[in-house]
Amino acid sequence: MTSDQFIGFLLLEEPNVRMVVAGTLLLCGMAALVGCFTFLRKRSLVGDAVSHSVLPGICMAFLLSGEKNPIILLLGALATGLLSLILMEVLSRNRLTRPDTAISLMLSFFFGLGILLLTYIQHQGNAAQAGLDKFIFGKAASITEADLRLFLFSGIFITASVAILLRGFYLISFDEDFARATGFPIKFLRLSLSVLTVWTVAIGIQAVGVVLMAALLITPALAARFWTHSIGRMLVIAALFGMIAGYTGSFVSYLAPAMPTGPWIVVMATFIAIVSMFLAPGRGLLARWNTRSKNREKTLLENILKLFYQIGEKSGQLQGNILEEDLLNHRAFGHDELRKGLKRLTSKNLLESNLLTYRLTNQGLLEAQRIVRLHRLWELYLQRYLHLEPDHVHDDAEAMEHVITPEIEAQLELILGNPETDPHNTIIPPKA
Amino acid sequence: MNVNDIQIVLTASLVTLACVIPGCFLVLRRMTMFGDAISHAVLPGIVAAFLFSGSLNGIAMIIGASLTGLLVTLLIELIQKKMRISPDASIGITYTFLFAIGVIMVSLLSNQTDLDQECVLYGDITLVPLDLGMWGIPRQIWIASILDIVLIITLLVGYRGLWVSTFDPSFAAATGIATVFWHYLLMGMVSLSTVTAFESVGAIMVIALLTGPAATAALFARSLPRMLVIASISGIISCILGYILATILDASIAGAIAVMNGLLFFISLLIRKFIRN
Repeated sequence: MTSDQFIGFLLLEEPNVRMVVAGTLLLCGMAALVGCFTFLRKRSLVGDAVSHSVLPGICMAFLLSGEKNPIILLLGALATGLLSLILMEVLSRNRLTRPDTAISLMLSFFFGLGILLLTYIQHQGNAAQAGLDKFIFGKAASITEADLRLFLFSGIFITASVAILLRGFYLISFDEDFARATGFPIKFLRLSLSVLTVWTVAIGIQAVGVVLMAALLITPALAARFWTHSIGRMLVIAALFGMIAGYTGSFVSYLAPAMPTGPWIVVMATFIAIVSMFLAPGRGLLARWNTRSKNREKTLLENILKLFYQIGEKSGQLQGNILEEDLLNHRAFGHDELRKGLKRLTSKNLLESNLLTYRLTNQGLLEAQRIVRLHRLWELYLQRYLHLEPDHVHDDAEAMEHVITPEIEAQLELILGNPETDPHNTIIPPKA
Repeated sequence: MNVNDIQIVLTASLVTLACVIPGCFLVLRRMTMFGDAISHAVLPGIVAAFLFSGSLNGIAMIIGASLTGLLVTLLIELIQKKMRISPDASIGITYTFLFAIGVIMVSLLSNQTDLDQECVLYGDITLVPLDLGMWGIPRQIWIASILDIVLIITLLVGYRGLWVSTFDPSFAAATGIATVFWHYLLMGMVSLSTVTAFESVGAIMVIALLTGPAATAALFARSLPRMLVIASISGIISCILGYILATILDASIAGAIAVMNGLLFFISLLIRKFIRN
């Protein structure tokens, strides 16, 4: 490839390229929007079944009309797609089959019917049929101006519908019972979501084909979910991801025209999803590993400080020098773990090292008191309000002492009335 | 009816049998979508094996497909647990990705081989009688028969484990039966069925054979052996009827068989309703 080609694509110089890219962007964006709800409602595989089920509708519409008018084909697709969706509902609602069986059954029945009709049409020798098979694997390169107009109209309609019905869709995705109780028209919402889904699928398969359509619904939504907790933002991010996948996918198939566009779009979308899974802040794997190791370190440091305090309490010298072995004798730390913790605490200026011994600094003493205080307050709380025996409260407090916030501490003080001793009759260190 | 017809219907029936065995377990375990996922996702494995061995059959293919089948199962579980994604979405993302990779590999190879996108989707069972193996019997029939025997032996040997881990996983786990092993064994069986079915009915029709007969049988059967028998019979009936339908319409046999499996299910629903009233 020459750089001219590359720049030509980026600037969308050729009208044909412009059309294909515009079409793909619209399709992918729409699918990602609607797909967010399919994903949130845990109906991803229903989307898959629906995308297989629109094929017979397209073929029937062609058989009846004898032409490839995009609107007529779309109507046919909507018809069988919805029919399949309704049959799935009926079968699983009435417990005639399990939901998963209903999905697979309808998927294979309708797709089989589609293949049957498609091969029937192809063997008829009707010249007008050429190109119908693009619905199976998708062929973005064959998007015409008439298609594009339909996409544009659909895109506007679907985006507008999602925007208007957002609250309702949001509720039926997360809490259908609540939505019903507050008087939302559940049936209407569910039906409109189904119609939007089938509609999106019916036009989307032109770009990626029946089999991979499910990916356009699921993958951008799944990737977006890692970046945000707000549904509004999720919709925007998903649409954006979908469009990036669509753009890069069509770029690849522009460079190598023999390459099918659909699979490349899916590969790009999956790539975005994988990156999101690892790198997204908060929910991503790396961020979660990071939080976990930070928490583990915090727990370790706090446990060491607490031990210094406890040993000091016994010897009557809170800031006395303590040997590493003494620490190990009192609590089962790993050797390396303890050494790492001690080093870290020294560098944080909470401990002072003195040849082989360590002692709490003034700052360290305060921190140690805070943790011991939380531990003992919690023990007392468990004993008084949950009526646990004093010998049962320690383990729970071991975990809670690391997570109690100053607000909860204040609450505990309030309901316990500034106590002085814990259930084991040891003194609760006063608040700093 | 001539020899060709008989050979085609026989192949379809053998393939159906190979799918019915794991299919019944998938339906009972509510895992039919795993079957869907595996049947799509073995594609890159099949293509890789083809690259490696240069032919569309033989041991390399079976190993390639089985390995990818297990890989898919593993990936789905990994995504589900590590990434905290619901099972349906993790199935969806995994298999579409692998299938996409498979299609890309196929299109890269399409100049050099007879492996094309259409044949991946709905196979070409009409070619069965042309490709003869030992004793003048079509190669496909040999392959399907051998795999059927392997699957039946696996079923008989592993019956107890499969049964317990399907109906009462917690009891199985409590009595020290390795449910994970049986899970992966079942997925391995699904991959084998997919390979068997791949050439004749195509990777995608596998789902019809895995689910259709088993769902029909589940409407009537009261025990696992009976379910397996009813499913096999209904699957074979669908093959015969499907072949007739396809011949009349001059259309895809695989598609017609899938349609017949679906129709048979709906008819069975009506019959059952009629009996109950």
